[in-house]
Amino acid sequence: MSTNLANLLYLIPIVSFILALHFLSNPAHARRGNQIGAAGMLVAVVVTWIKIGATSWWAIAVGMLIGGAFGAVAARRVKMTAMPQMVALFNGVGGGAAALIALAELHRILPEPGAPKVDISLAIVLSALIGSISFAGSMVAFAKLQELIGGRPITYPGQQFVNGAVLLTAAASGIALVSGVQDEWLLWVLVGAALLFGVLFVLPIGGADMPVVISLLNAFTGLAVAASGFELENNVLIVAGMLVGASGTLLTMMMSRAMNRSIANVLFGAFGQVSESAATAAAGDGGSVRSASAEDVAVMLAYAHKVIFVPGYGLAVAQAQHDLHQLADLLDAKGVEVSYAIHPVAGRMPGHMNVLLAEANVPYDELKEMDDANPEFSRTDVAVVVGANDVVNPDARNNQGSPIYGMPILNVDQANAVVVLKRSMNPGFAGIENPLFYNPKTVMLFGDAKDSIDKLIADVKGL
Amino acid sequence: MSHNTLLVFELTILVLAIFLGFEVISKVPTLLHTPLMSGTNAIHGIVVVGAMVVLGAPHKDTFDWIVGFLAVVLGSANVVGGFVVTDRMLEMFKKREPAKEADASRDGQNGP
Repeated sequence: MSTNLANLLYLIPIVSFILALHFLSNPAHARRGNQIGAAGMLVAVVVTWIKIGATSWWAIAVGMLIGGAFGAVAARRVKMTAMPQMVALFNGVGGGAAALIALAELHRILPEPGAPKVDISLAIVLSALIGSISFAGSMVAFAKLQELIGGRPITYPGQQFVNGAVLLTAAASGIALVSGVQDEWLLWVLVGAALLFGVLFVLPIGGADMPVVISLLNAFTGLAVAASGFELENNVLIVAGMLVGASGTLLTMMMSRAMNRSIANVLFGAFGQVSESAATAAAGDGGSVRSASAEDVAVMLAYAHKVIFVPGYGLAVAQAQHDLHQLADLLDAKGVEVSYAIHPVAGRMPGHMNVLLAEANVPYDELKEMDDANPEFSRTDVAVVVGANDVVNPDARNNQGSPIYGMPILNVDQANAVVVLKRSMNPGFAGIENPLFYNPKTVMLFGDAKDSIDKLIADVKGL
Repeated sequence: MSHNTLLVFELTILVLAIFLGFEVISKVPTLLHTPLMSGTNAIHGIVVVGAMVVLGAPHKDTFDWIVGFLAVVLGSANVVGGFVVTDRMLEMFKKREPAKEADASRDGQNGP
């Protein structure tokens, strides 16, 4: 097959990927979009297969079988709560593949007389650099989310300096390669330093900042793949890689905006340590906390007109999504209007909470985004906060001294009454006091989220 | 086509893809951001095509071959896993059924 014909046929996967993303604008036909994307991918593989001819065909087949089997089994088995680490893993292997391609390409072209063309060596350097960072960073993110290593931020003095030095080493070898030094070991130094940098830069980042990190690594892999496209002069890699790069960049910006922090602050701030002074400042005017029994809360819910549930990651940790849906159905049967308000950073990756609730068979038209939910709270009788804390903290709106001041929140304090399901009075991951708990409108229902919801179900049924 | 013409052509495609990407993705609701991520994850699995080219090219030595083979394994894991997991997720997003039967179909498909 000629290169021209192959490039012409590559238009099919390119169009199908764009359609796949386009169809994701609506949950009603998003699944079909994904299938179109998969079909496009198959076309890309078949066209490539025919184009490269018979050399090593069996090696390619065996490699695809091994990789494909691993991917299929992992994707079938993974639990929806573990989705962030699964995405991190697939992201990492994609980045790793891009880095390996760079190694093989440089190894193949170096002995040829004359230095490789500047743009080709630049593409090789970039895909090796970004791909390696993405691979190592994703693996650390995977290990953190899977709790193989601690999720707490890991910091030490001089951290930024060490990270900077490692990245500089990688950059220096890259520049040497691009400027025509024909030494293969330079690429090895580059890859080694980039891998080390990937590890070092994700290690200090705490679990709650993972939505930003995962989005960023996603963008990295996309860029690495686009760079591979330049080194292999392959259009479909350039377009597909860049689409992913754009998507990851956009999500990264959205996530850091939803936390009201700059991307640099998330990556280098090691959140979770800054807040002690502010926390004590906010707690000063404390006041008292009202706690309620499950029976009291059940009565409040059953006789309300409109109830909004605000789930946070604590709900997923307690594995109480199904119970929550059951409670909502029960209230719905009693004529209560029920919906769910989801903060953009609820969960461990963008949109994670929506997937967890969809898994519990909650219809997606009951899941409200922050901007749609906020005007509703003033017309709501009871807002029920389950395992969420910082995303409903009114200090983000009112207290300029608070470390989360300016972060967009769900305005649950505007509801007529607020019920907070919480394990204890411990503050959330950021260690920030939440005045919502001291609000006279608020009652606390202490205990494990799953147990509390099960009690509520029994009590509502008994009414 | 000369090398430079090709390069300019590729850069044009790259820039258009950036704008197209931002345009299409800004229309995806936050509801679907996780499937968007895993879906784009599957799409960057296109790297498997590059890996096939590397492994399929006449190779110089064993090193070349091993690296290419590993790239094919990683790339295929990326493609297959990405599409399968996205499909599993999107399958779960359902609209409210017009006639509501409360408990009947709860425990059926898609266990945890």
